[in-house]
Amino acid sequence: MKNKFIYLAIIAAGFASCEPEFENEVGANYTAGDADFTTYVAVGNSLTAGYMDGTVYKSGQANSFPNLLAQQFALVGGGTFTQPSFEEDVNNLGGFAGVPNSTRRIIDASTGTVENIAGTPTITTTSQATAYNNMGVPGAKSFHLGFPGYGTLNPYFARHATSPTATVIGDAMSKNPTFFTNWIGANDVLSYATNGGAQADGTTPAADHNLTGNMNPATYGSNDITNSGVFASVYSTLINTLTSGGAKGVVATVPSVTSIPYFTTVPYKPVPLDNTFATQLNSAYAAYNGGLDVAFSNGLITNAERLQRKVVFVAGKNPVVIVDSDLTNLSGLGLPSYRMTTSQDLIVLPASSFIGTTVGGDPLMINGVSVPLANKWVLTANEKAKVASATAAYNNTIVSIASANDLAVADMNSIMNQLVNGLQIETGQIYTANYFSGVATENKVLFSLDGVHPNARGYAVIANEIIKVINEHYNANLPLHYVNNFPGINIVGSN
Amino acid sequence: MRKLLSLTLLALAGSTAFAGGYRVSIQGQKQLAMGHTGVAVVNSAEVAFFNPAGMAYLDKKFNLSVGANGLFANTKFQNSQYGWEAETKNVGTPFSIYATYKLNDWFTAGLAVYTPYGSAVEWDQDWQGAHLVNNIDLQAIFIQPSISVRIGEHFSVGGGPIYATGSVNFNRNLSMNPLLSDSEGNPTDVTIDAKGINAWGYTAGFMFNPTDKLRIGMNYRSEIIMEARGGDATYNDTPSFNPLANTTFNADLPLPAELTVGLSYEVTDKWLVAFDYNRAMWSAYQALDVEFGNGTSSLNPRNYKNVSTYRVGTQYKANDKFTFRAGWYFDESPVQDGFFAPETPRNDSMGYTGGLTYQLNSKLGIDFSFLYLHFDEVDNSYDYSTDPITGQPNPDFGGTYKSVVFSPGIGITYGF
Repeated sequence: MKNKFIYLAIIAAGFASCEPEFENEVGANYTAGDADFTTYVAVGNSLTAGYMDGTVYKSGQANSFPNLLAQQFALVGGGTFTQPSFEEDVNNLGGFAGVPNSTRRIIDASTGTVENIAGTPTITTTSQATAYNNMGVPGAKSFHLGFPGYGTLNPYFARHATSPTATVIGDAMSKNPTFFTNWIGANDVLSYATNGGAQADGTTPAADHNLTGNMNPATYGSNDITNSGVFASVYSTLINTLTSGGAKGVVATVPSVTSIPYFTTVPYKPVPLDNTFATQLNSAYAAYNGGLDVAFSNGLITNAERLQRKVVFVAGKNPVVIVDSDLTNLSGLGLPSYRMTTSQDLIVLPASSFIGTTVGGDPLMINGVSVPLANKWVLTANEKAKVASATAAYNNTIVSIASANDLAVADMNSIMNQLVNGLQIETGQIYTANYFSGVATENKVLFSLDGVHPNARGYAVIANEIIKVINEHYNANLPLHYVNNFPGINIVGSN
Repeated sequence: MRKLLSLTLLALAGSTAFAGGYRVSIQGQKQLAMGHTGVAVVNSAEVAFFNPAGMAYLDKKFNLSVGANGLFANTKFQNSQYGWEAETKNVGTPFSIYATYKLNDWFTAGLAVYTPYGSAVEWDQDWQGAHLVNNIDLQAIFIQPSISVRIGEHFSVGGGPIYATGSVNFNRNLSMNPLLSDSEGNPTDVTIDAKGINAWGYTAGFMFNPTDKLRIGMNYRSEIIMEARGGDATYNDTPSFNPLANTTFNADLPLPAELTVGLSYEVTDKWLVAFDYNRAMWSAYQALDVEFGNGTSSLNPRNYKNVSTYRVGTQYKANDKFTFRAGWYFDESPVQDGFFAPETPRNDSMGYTGGLTYQLNSKLGIDFSFLYLHFDEVDNSYDYSTDPITGQPNPDFGGTYKSVVFSPGIGITYGF
């Protein structure tokens, strides 16, 4: 009997030794370093919220970069990470109940076009009155985060603001963060840029408050560029608040708009014409072109402007005709402010489905050709320079305030710029800043179908870049996400 | 009846690959216990596998050896850069049946049925390496009628044809890109399945006994190419924009030739030592290329190399009742760096074996064997997969692998 036990013990030992053991288990060297991830809070805008394909939807939000970061933080002491509830989004459509064409965008394979996914959105603005770890609020500008009652202006914040007068930063601080990410500032230039430098009416120029000197953001129009002094002051307050409890964190720079597909997909010469039609158009613009010569000979415009404004079509690919309010006002001569686009202008993505359409079905009234494009369709070289200048000023502020507070900086501007020429990540995969252009290159696309926000794969790249910065700055060792396994573009058979 | 038999055999043969590729060196209880030496050992009917030439030297007129093993193979995978962990645990049951009959002093006939190749690996569905393999189950049974002819006192030759019958079932995701997935986000995968794949080969060898104590043997087993034709390819979780229709597939899988030379020496009447050297011609396995009936194909370079196995074994007859055995071998892996695919995640290994026979009477004995295969942990990767959507190379897939294989076996030996 005793022998039997010995045999059983030997057999048991044998089976136990069948269990392979690594010299170092996978997580053996993971460490939080000098950081404390117990309570991680993310503040920011749509990029922090996990916005993609034109909205926030349930499965998209799950791939927000803060949520991806929190998964790695959890390996080294990170606590629960909560995000605003999208349980309402039962069909994973995004959008808002009652708002037409607000659902997430997909590629409809049967038509080959970008469409809002079919279905009725079920997301309401009913307040959850809860502070979450992810305090990214789509649409928020720098000065919105500390604005009491921002929930009354923004449906996303309305969904979770803890009170009608709550601030985003106040709700964030109620979590007592030990670690934070702050990626704010993009909308301070982006809404100007995506609207082609126009106000909401699409034609009136929006203001650049670096030029107006207006320091009161309460008076800003929604598409205006925030004064960089205002940004610096707001940003400084935000960081002081976020670090007030001793929290460490990462701040991220504002990406250049010129590196995102919303501005780079539509070429400046998108209009194909044959010789006959080009000649017809030229004769239609002959009076305008002649008027420019008169204006020049009367000393109203320079020769350079005269040449810049001439509208001349040729057989082949042509620029579009636009209204450019920065041109000299010649309305006294009865001349509108028209010119053709150059390679320095950026035509916005939605124009791709507008250029070439006709006005009221009149075949002679072709948008972008015989009917010039309104301000909102094009970010002109002038407008682009204003955006670039403001972006640079914000980024200088972000880097210097981070440095003063010994915070890590994730230079998203630099990362996005690398995408323009192709960014090779640790798996060897090369990603681009291109818009979706077919299944064969889908694996290189990091932007979602709204052309502004990353897709899930793009957010994984962002999370990894932040992890690398944390590992470096805080002597941590966190694993990366495997970007290639993240979804990119959503394609459906039919919509 | 034959069909029923083969079905039963297939059910038994759920073998798990270890060591060299998908070769499973468990072809007899007595010889496994001696480090799987045997090309120059005349112990039992097991010699019908190790070297049919040796059948002629068996003392008894009729010899039967039947045995089976429980084969427990366990591989863990991890990658610290991405925090990956995965594991595959598999159980197989390789078996063997050997019978010899001495017709006269110079001529002996035999039959061997055994399972020298097989592979079962089952990772979690949609694990990190799912674009290479989710699971595979490969089985082959060899049926080998043999003869052994003595030429004079000291020399014999032997051999025979081999009829191989096998099956394969293999599942992988089509792409690591979630673009290919169903509306729920389940990645699209394909299962290829073929049964009743048959092929022929042969074995031949000689045994030379220059003295009463010393035997020298050589055996060659030919390459057998298992050609799956018109097997079923089934797509699962297909995307709505590309609902792939199920189709057929063709693929070839080589079971490589193996050359063995060795010797055994009776140090005393009770004590035998044996040495074998195997050379497996794995370079035949250049690629696993699957041609689908819908015109697509999956090209998977393997680039295996020829490898050697060095074996030593010993046997001690304690008395009429008990015989004890032990052995050791070093088994080179045919997998080259950069071709380390998780369907056969094996590196070089060392086998430690032991066993005993309890002789119930002069005719019947019970054999026990035990194998423990030790693998060092290894950092390696598979660098040659291609994404079917883009036609571009996938990122290298790698990490640290560690395997343990363990196999107890039991059998009977009967003879008169």
